[in-house]
Amino acid sequence: MASAEDDLIIAEHVDAGYPGKTILHDVSFTVKRGEVFVMLGGSGCGKSTMMKHLIGLNPVLAGRLVVAGREWTWANRREILAKIGVMYQSGALFGSMSVLENVLLPLEEFTKLKRKEREEKARRLLGLVGLADSADLMPGDLSGGMKKRAAIARAMALEPEILFLDEPSAGLDPLTSNALDDLILDLRKREGMTFVIVTHELPSIFKIADRCVMFDRARHAMVAEGSPQDLRDSCEDMFVREFFARGEVK
Amino acid sequence: MAGMFQKVGEYAHGGMAAVRDALAFTGETACAFASLVVRPRSLRLKDAALAFQRAGCEGLPIATLIGFLLGLILAFESAASLRQFGVEIYVADLIAIGLFRELGPLVTAIILAGRSGSAFAAEIGTMTVNEELDALTTMNLDPVKFLVLPRMLAAILAMPLLTIAAEIAGLAGGMLVLQMMDVPAVAYWTHVADASGVFTISLGLGKSALFGLLVGLVGCSAGMHTRKTADGVGVAATSAVVGGIIAIAVADGLLAVACYMLGV
Repeated sequence: MASAEDDLIIAEHVDAGYPGKTILHDVSFTVKRGEVFVMLGGSGCGKSTMMKHLIGLNPVLAGRLVVAGREWTWANRREILAKIGVMYQSGALFGSMSVLENVLLPLEEFTKLKRKEREEKARRLLGLVGLADSADLMPGDLSGGMKKRAAIARAMALEPEILFLDEPSAGLDPLTSNALDDLILDLRKREGMTFVIVTHELPSIFKIADRCVMFDRARHAMVAEGSPQDLRDSCEDMFVREFFARGEVK
Repeated sequence: MAGMFQKVGEYAHGGMAAVRDALAFTGETACAFASLVVRPRSLRLKDAALAFQRAGCEGLPIATLIGFLLGLILAFESAASLRQFGVEIYVADLIAIGLFRELGPLVTAIILAGRSGSAFAAEIGTMTVNEELDALTTMNLDPVKFLVLPRMLAAILAMPLLTIAAEIAGLAGGMLVLQMMDVPAVAYWTHVADASGVFTISLGLGKSALFGLLVGLVGCSAGMHTRKTADGVGVAATSAVVGGIIAIAVADGLLAVACYMLGV
């Protein structure tokens, strides 16, 4: 039975958005250790905005947010950021550095590892995401899927407890997207990480998600919570039913 | 009528927000500089060296060329008048004082704003649009320390060196014109040496370092505040150049008044 200590993320009555513009109202959910948790919804529903709150880029408008056991405040910022890793939609690799240097950066800044040890660890991480042969390439030379995998390797460098992924499948062909889903499942199994993923790709959700929450742009609200199968088969909400029906996922 | 008031209000609100952002950025940068003094090893030397190479070394040819032409033009324009009184040798004094005190730092700073201020804004602006700044923030790295300090230090160090190059080239340009007017080189350089004391040269170099700081600050600020729109980076680069030149002109004006009041 899961205890409160297993709740790595707690959102309580959160209003998400920007000053003067509330996008989501009164959102509450929890994310348990080791889960693959998906925030789901149509374009503009506020799922990326909610993720920006979770990773501390924007403060919440109202409510309480606990990440990695600490409440999100300016004072707790460093402790929380040390326990999370983020993969952005574009990858956000630093263009002036090689793939290896991108992964080395957090190791150089925050660990006392020796140079050789840092490089070994960075290369091991790149091997883990299938980019061992691309370490010396520049981000501009990588495909979209490779950029995302390199970004995952960088995000994992400091062994975070939670990995946030923003639209991992966006802009990828089905095969590459599928390979990325396999990588997420593999990393969870091998590294025991917790994933919070923002996406609207239904095939991917059914493959990787343990639990998801769904946001509705029209109602500015979280409208459903549960496993993907539960949402598809048992949810009473018309919007959710239609969303899954249009996705044609059996 | 109501629409006009609304527009005035919107402009005022936008202006206030820009001032607030600029002040916040200046404060953050000052804090980052202070922490750099305490922990100098936290500076990313490689990035600073690269920025210095781009702002300083690669800007040397254009600064030298413009400085040379500036000296040439100053000499031609002033010699025409002074020659009527048979004192064309004083062209040397005019060029020396004009270049060292005012025109050398000012023109070089405008070149730096056009070349490097816009480049700083475009580089950091592109990173902003590509979410690289967000990535730095969530990696617990301070974007100001990481991106702004190396570029600002490069601008502050590059400006005096570029200014010296422009001034030497300007003096050479002036000498070329006076040689054409049969003024001996020895007489020219003697007048230059007499007119330009250590204080005059130091004042100019101090000014140039200040202008470098302003160009770096305005350029990096424009980059950090780039909007994530199609024209965001272009707008940031333009505002870096315009803002940089305005900042230089205002600072130069204030320094001129201060020098006059102090009698130097």
